Amino acid sequence: MEDFWAFALWALRIWLYLVISLIMIPAMFGFSLGISETYMTILVKTLEWATLKIQKGYADEQLEASASNGLIQREDGSMEKELEELRRSRPKPPVGGDFTLSDCFYFTRRGIESIVEDEVTQRFTSEELVSWNLLTRSHKDFQYISLKLTLVYGLGIFVRYCILAPLRITLACIGLTWLVIGTSAVGLLPNWRMKFWLSELVHVMCYRICARGLSATIHYHNRENKPQKGGICVANHTSPIDVVILCNDGCYAMVGQVHGGLMGVLQRAMVRSCPHVWFERAEMRDRHLVTKRLQDHVNDKTKLPILIFPEGTCVNNTSVMMFKKGSFEIGATIYPVAIKYDPKFGDAFWNSSKYSMVSYLLRMMTSWALVCNVWYLPAMHQQEGEDAVHFANRVKSAIAHQGGLVDLQWDGGLKRAKVKESFKEEQQKQYSSMVVGEDSSSNSD
Amino acid sequence: MGSKSSSLNKIPNAQELMQETGFSAAHILRLYERFEFLDVDQMGELRPEDFGAIRELSMNPIGDRIISAFFSPGKETVDFASFVRILAHFRSTETNRTRDGAQPEPANSRTRKLKFAFQLYDQDRDGKISREELLQVLRTMMEMQVTEEQLQSIAERAIQEADLDQDDAISFDEFRKSMEKVDIDHKMSIRFLS
Repeated sequence: MEDFWAFALWALRIWLYLVISLIMIPAMFGFSLGISETYMTILVKTLEWATLKIQKGYADEQLEASASNGLIQREDGSMEKELEELRRSRPKPPVGGDFTLSDCFYFTRRGIESIVEDEVTQRFTSEELVSWNLLTRSHKDFQYISLKLTLVYGLGIFVRYCILAPLRITLACIGLTWLVIGTSAVGLLPNWRMKFWLSELVHVMCYRICARGLSATIHYHNRENKPQKGGICVANHTSPIDVVILCNDGCYAMVGQVHGGLMGVLQRAMVRSCPHVWFERAEMRDRHLVTKRLQDHVNDKTKLPILIFPEGTCVNNTSVMMFKKGSFEIGATIYPVAIKYDPKFGDAFWNSSKYSMVSYLLRMMTSWALVCNVWYLPAMHQQEGEDAVHFANRVKSAIAHQGGLVDLQWDGGLKRAKVKESFKEEQQKQYSSMVVGEDSSSNSD
Repeated sequence: MGSKSSSLNKIPNAQELMQETGFSAAHILRLYERFEFLDVDQMGELRPEDFGAIRELSMNPIGDRIISAFFSPGKETVDFASFVRILAHFRSTETNRTRDGAQPEPANSRTRKLKFAFQLYDQDRDGKISREELLQVLRTMMEMQVTEEQLQSIAERAIQEADLDQDDAISFDEFRKSMEKVDIDHKMSIRFLS
């Protein structure tokens, strides 16, 4: 029995040394041994092979390769067209308005359609894949195709859960521990120039380790547009991992609420080595206080650029929701960044209503990998006479355009919020003008 | 790659619901996910506020009436079974499986669809749409866009057209008669993708 434990301990030590030397050290210093590249190439080839197999298997059946999330197919007819059709069954009366009892059918149907499915909430479920990527979680409708595919799938499960997951968890733990220790250590130093340089080094190293902990392959584009000190970096938000992705390539000051527990420990440690902007829960309500603190941070040119996600919530990376205007009122230079994940290798979207943070991270660690593209866009300034909302929309369009995402007009907060009366009035106006005709124009304004 | 029915187990009475409403297993599953999504505090039941959170529904002039159609009189919550039963009214009749005469009328028959629409007007469920009830509907649909006189004349004409027994109210049969030429199945159906 003792031999067994001795052996197990020895194996564990070898494992740790391997991990540290082959993965951590290269990660920390930014060069690569090519292991992950090889892994990615094999992975891509396997997935391509799987896709071909599935497509062949489906060739007999009719397969609509639609990448939509939809449960229902909506009629696209406008209000006018549909109500016209309903009225066709009888002639228009000379007096008393053009109303029929069947008018309500149109509105009822639209109402029920929106209960079953609506455009806004579709953005808060994970994107469906056109072809299966050998992960159980993306497996909705796919059936048995062939023995080989099943074997590869089984092998995939083994590799992901037994080999990759422990590896990644080890790396993540090492990364976070090092972050806490390193930043606290740097925080003890007096304020020399060395301190800033060291703090940046520590931060970047830890984030690189964490990135390896997720098998993240990140492609940065247009690095000449990287955010500078004294500016605000805005990006679209898909998951908390966005922070790791962006911080792999530079140091940012974070903004957020003070949390308890593990997050709180991290936050306090990070603040020791370089200034971040953490708010107490009560302070978040006071918009002036928030704006003032952000402004102070931005005006101090020695402080790092602030990283903000103006959507305010996680979205599923197919579109960009409306930006909250708070960060655009400060008057600083805005550096937009677009982040787009490749869903083939793993779904990065954090559905906070479905998964807790821990189960989300575990899902991330048992995916194949995380591949994403980051585009740095040229800096934007608020123009003369432009209000914050308009500026925010301009930035949002730029990000959506670059990332290939849909530029939505809806507010991210609408996941759970009620809508304004004015939109209902629009519908009422349109309907009334159909019923009462020209008479209503004298009343409506 | 387990079979679909294993995930149906978390839905109570799934098989009966499928039988009763005619939805396929896949649809029931999707609708259950939707139900869970709308059920913000995970109570297993929906309240009117949960429906109110749907943006497009709040913009709908008769949105509130559609919402209250889900709740039986006196009840303040709706469970998944009732949710699905109401939605079953909107299935297209094209996909009805053949049934023997012993089975009750399917949820999405023409009559049932008409009944649903009728009840949107007839809020007090007395079987007749009175002039006052009609005026109320017209008001919610057009609110401030028309004058009171215009509303009255519209209601007057609508009742005159449909009221055959001259009792100044529209009964369900009169309602149905006035809808004879309307393609109910098309207008009151939602196309569920399989």
